Amino acid sequence: MAKKMPETPMLDQLESGPWPSFVTNLKRLAQTDDQQYGDRMKDLLGQLEYSYKTIKGYWKGGTVGVRGYGGGVIPRFSEVADKFPQSAEFHTLRIMPTAGYHYSTEALRKMCDIWEEHGTGLIALHGQSGDIMFQGCSTEQVQPAFDALNEMGFDMGGAGPSLRSSSACVGHARCEFSCYDEARSLRMIINHLIDDLHRPSLPYKFKFKFSGCPNDCTDAIHRSDGAVIGTWRDDIQVDQEAFKAYVADWGRKRVIDNVITRCPTNAMSLNDDDTVEIDNRSCVRCMHCINAMTKALRPGKERGVTLLIGGKHTLQIGDLMGIVAVPFMRLETDEDYEKLKDLSECIIEFFAENALEHERIGEMIERIGLADFIEGVGLEVDPNMVVHPRANPFVRMDDWEEQADKWNQRQPAAAE
Amino acid sequence: MTEARQAIESGVPDHFPWMHPVLRKNYGQWRYHERPRPGVLKHVAEGGDEVWTVKAGTCRQLDVYTIRQLCDIADEYSQGHLRFTTRSNVEFMVTDEAQVEPLIKRLNDDGFPVGGTGNSVSQLAHTQGWLHCDIPGTDASGVVKAIMDSLFDEFINERLPHKVKINTLCCEINCGGHGDIDINVQHTKPPVINHDLVHKICERPTVIARCPVAAIRPAVINGLPSLEVDEKKCMCCGACYPPCPPMQINDPVHTKIAIWIGGKNSNARSRPTFHKLAVSGLPNNPPRWPEVAATVRNILEAYKADGRPFERVGEWVERIGWPRFFELTGLPFTRHHIDDWKWSRPTLNSSTHLRF
Repeated sequence: MAKKMPETPMLDQLESGPWPSFVTNLKRLAQTDDQQYGDRMKDLLGQLEYSYKTIKGYWKGGTVGVRGYGGGVIPRFSEVADKFPQSAEFHTLRIMPTAGYHYSTEALRKMCDIWEEHGTGLIALHGQSGDIMFQGCSTEQVQPAFDALNEMGFDMGGAGPSLRSSSACVGHARCEFSCYDEARSLRMIINHLIDDLHRPSLPYKFKFKFSGCPNDCTDAIHRSDGAVIGTWRDDIQVDQEAFKAYVADWGRKRVIDNVITRCPTNAMSLNDDDTVEIDNRSCVRCMHCINAMTKALRPGKERGVTLLIGGKHTLQIGDLMGIVAVPFMRLETDEDYEKLKDLSECIIEFFAENALEHERIGEMIERIGLADFIEGVGLEVDPNMVVHPRANPFVRMDDWEEQADKWNQRQPAAAE
Repeated sequence: MTEARQAIESGVPDHFPWMHPVLRKNYGQWRYHERPRPGVLKHVAEGGDEVWTVKAGTCRQLDVYTIRQLCDIADEYSQGHLRFTTRSNVEFMVTDEAQVEPLIKRLNDDGFPVGGTGNSVSQLAHTQGWLHCDIPGTDASGVVKAIMDSLFDEFINERLPHKVKINTLCCEINCGGHGDIDINVQHTKPPVINHDLVHKICERPTVIARCPVAAIRPAVINGLPSLEVDEKKCMCCGACYPPCPPMQINDPVHTKIAIWIGGKNSNARSRPTFHKLAVSGLPNNPPRWPEVAATVRNILEAYKADGRPFERVGEWVERIGWPRFFELTGLPFTRHHIDDWKWSRPTLNSSTHLRF
């Protein structure tokens, strides 16, 4: 006979109010007495209520996996299994969705059926790295659940000291700001390095994120070790007639206050005939004017990516943002994409060989210095990598001539 | 005996088969977009195709019933396709403008608020919390529910100076981002060590190496190998707790909530920024965290009243200055707002640019 629903007076208070309630969702699963998971979800609710009451968490990790892979399952064993035995094992399977989180209803329904059979019917769309999180698997059901999802064409995500699952903005699929094919890049890089994702053997985690423009909708700059952010190198495309229409519609004051003077490098000027003049050599590609006037202004035509390396959250040395490692890489031809793939592999290899245990690549760069990293992965130093040059003289520079020569050799005049 | 099935190492699946047909057809060919009303985006392709996207909030922790309900809606209105955003909102693409209003009505009737576009508070990005994490100081889904209930009108309208991104995180070390407003756990006491368990569970050198301030050292306690913490050095981050669960950092009273503001990942106008401490010491008070909700509301109202168009929260404070921020919000400025971690020097004011 099915168990009784647990008393959850605190969680019950999260069922009222206009925002969709996760408690209602959990309860609905707990009340599904004709499925194998009903009782497990009752105990899960009981444990969550216990956490709310005692203000503490009660899950611990462990080792659970599937054949052939070293990661992707987040094992959770309850520390209060004596009180809530049915949810004593409550593991998560991280499964990689498509880049851009596109679904057919057919696929989603099939995932639901699989998770009703093997799990709990509880699915998070999505985790912060970008996985579908199938939550609440018992140890013995992990393999069959994975097999069923794998047969559908989906594969395990990353966990532990490994390349992690990635995410991309909607990009090319539905955004005019998109400066490169984000989904193609994500698939290309992750699937090329898939061994490092499924079999954790890196010093620590490594995350790539793919944003189509400097608006960075995936928060790549804060949240990824490898931020691939779309940009352009030539001039902003201007439709002057459309620009004049904005001025006519909004009035000059609004255009000046909200577009012209919000340009961070004062690169815009409103002409007397209500057209716009842009000093493109001073433009830093911030996106503001393009965001504000979507019909009049567009990114340029010579498009590609900026690669920033080293973003991460606080552990261990403090929060770090990505640093420019490649100011611009054109991404148009198949060869261009191959180059990005090769570079990502080179960066992962350098990280694998040079980072200390449990050290993110941003911390490694902090330890060894950006210049050594840049040269170590075969790139060249560039003034776009710094906000400003060094401001203190405590540095040994007896190879100045040699270093200056490298720069001079790279200049277009030297190549003639 | 049958041979064990080997995994098909297929990696990230091809996106095209799952993508809405109009998105697939116009892939990389979009011309411009506009926002006809809160919660709706209209995109126009180079070839003239138009698509309306209706965005709705979900609670991220979805049951199969809710997912099937979303599928029913997608089957009826968006040709059997839907997508999710990085903030767990769901998006339905519609090619017939006449279907937009009926779809919005259907979503609202089914309990999914339509909004989260433009100058609104989008859904909070959140971590796992008590539901599933092994080291959480608080819950995530519950905090999000409480805050989104409180800020509901700012999700379904576009009436703020600019967009507002809010994040939660349930420990001090691992997850979470840098949003306009962030709700983060802040521990205030060193870990409480169970010396009977350390030698059984913890790899002591790993734990010692994990401490950001080198406050942990080996010790023998009651004849057993264990660890001790120099409590003068310890800044209570909890980094020792994941590799050594007997070093319990979570505490029902001393684990507090701090609110940080002014983070931004977009490069629009100003460079991306980290968030900065606004206030700490708020109680970790389930099930609805009323003190946290009220403080977030207070900060948001100050920004709403005083921010100018296109100013994100951090850019607003950059203009008016921190003294004015503390004045407008009534929050105290304390010695703990003055950074003393590495790289803190450039956060101090070495100028006579002052505001009174």
